[in-house]
Amino acid sequence: MKEIIAIIGGGIAGMEAAAQLLKFGHAPIIIEKGERLGGHVARWNRLFPDLTPAGELIERLTEACKEASIFLNTEVSLVNRLRDGYNIVLSNGITISTKYILMTTGFKMFEASKKEEYGYGIYNNVVTNSDLENWFNGNRDERIDSSSMKTIGFVHCVGSRDEKAGNGQCSKVCCITAIKQAIELKEMYPDAQIYCFYMDLRLFGKKFEDFYTKAQRDHGIHFIRGRVSEVSENIDGKLIVKAEDTLLGKPLKVTLDLLVLMSGMTCNPDSSRLASMISLPTDSDRFLKSEDNITHITSSPKKGVFYAGACTGPKTVPETLAEARSAALDIHFKIQES
Amino acid sequence: MNGFGFKLSPSSAINLDKIDRTLFDELCRIEPDALRCMACGSCTATCTASGLSGMSVRKMLLNLQRGKVNETVRMISGCMLCGKCTMVCPRGIKTRRLILTVSRLYKKEEQV
Repeated sequence: MKEIIAIIGGGIAGMEAAAQLLKFGHAPIIIEKGERLGGHVARWNRLFPDLTPAGELIERLTEACKEASIFLNTEVSLVNRLRDGYNIVLSNGITISTKYILMTTGFKMFEASKKEEYGYGIYNNVVTNSDLENWFNGNRDERIDSSSMKTIGFVHCVGSRDEKAGNGQCSKVCCITAIKQAIELKEMYPDAQIYCFYMDLRLFGKKFEDFYTKAQRDHGIHFIRGRVSEVSENIDGKLIVKAEDTLLGKPLKVTLDLLVLMSGMTCNPDSSRLASMISLPTDSDRFLKSEDNITHITSSPKKGVFYAGACTGPKTVPETLAEARSAALDIHFKIQES
Repeated sequence: MNGFGFKLSPSSAINLDKIDRTLFDELCRIEPDALRCMACGSCTATCTASGLSGMSVRKMLLNLQRGKVNETVRMISGCMLCGKCTMVCPRGIKTRRLILTVSRLYKKEEQV
């Protein structure tokens, strides 16, 4: 008999893990609360550092996991612990009995309106990284005026490394995303001046540093080391941004046509809710706590419960996919042992 | 004894070997916030006095750690204690209290 694995979350981690588990001959069930698979990545336009269309990845994953049982628009209502497994009650009335749960609940984007000083939802020309991707995808956004794109600013670390916002952690991917989006805008509007306001640039991944050098050298994007402290609007409806150029030690201001806020990753409240049902521990950053943060990142301290992707902390797409494969392998070996 | 066309200026270089950290350690004991700054510059950007007097909480903390006491004491005399920096600090540092404590601790030091 095929072994059932409940995968909670139908983002890229859940899809990749399901695809691998199918290859091993098991029966994964994906439980997704949204109306389609793909999570945040499905809403993205292109991915760093090679500007690969996100749609290609989603298409490939959708094809690879299509033999899995997939419940869309479905939430987990209750999880009961049995002696040797779990009973998962779904919002569609179905109950799944399984020995294995894979948590792929991902992250929640920080709500930029919480940082009132940046004017998201208050001023007309302030958008988030996610709004910009949506606009790159061809959707209209009345806050983005293509006829006036002379000066554009990016604010890194919005709601990341911000203890007042309750998110002390670095979201890891915003530095490189800002650089990617700045390059994309510069290619569309070659005469625009683009400023990236950063606190520290964290370009740890493959080809990230090349991408940064390219942004400076080939695209003339300006990098200013200083966090934007406040945004206001002038009489013409343009944005005035204040920061300190901390490398020069001088206060600085600039008038902008568009401001893009790099909203970070925060722990998904759904993860916390599920965690409390089966008493999974959370780490000091409030993301789910792995059995070990070096050697067993995809294992939970609870028998039969595994993690993959951003439910344990901010991750890039390739990191998430690698964890999904690793978790699938772990589950496969556990099934073989029993 | 003149006419060489040059004079000796005191070096502005920081010599970490010669820094006395006692007072900064004392500051950290009273105000643990002193070690939580990540130098983002939000305080300075929003400061009403920074453009005029060069006031900067970020620089104050860094200067003290690099032994630049006199400069710091002179700089913070430009602070009007309005508290805008406290509002924008992403680390939630109580900047006004910190400035007052630095002022109290280091003003004695300066006169020596």
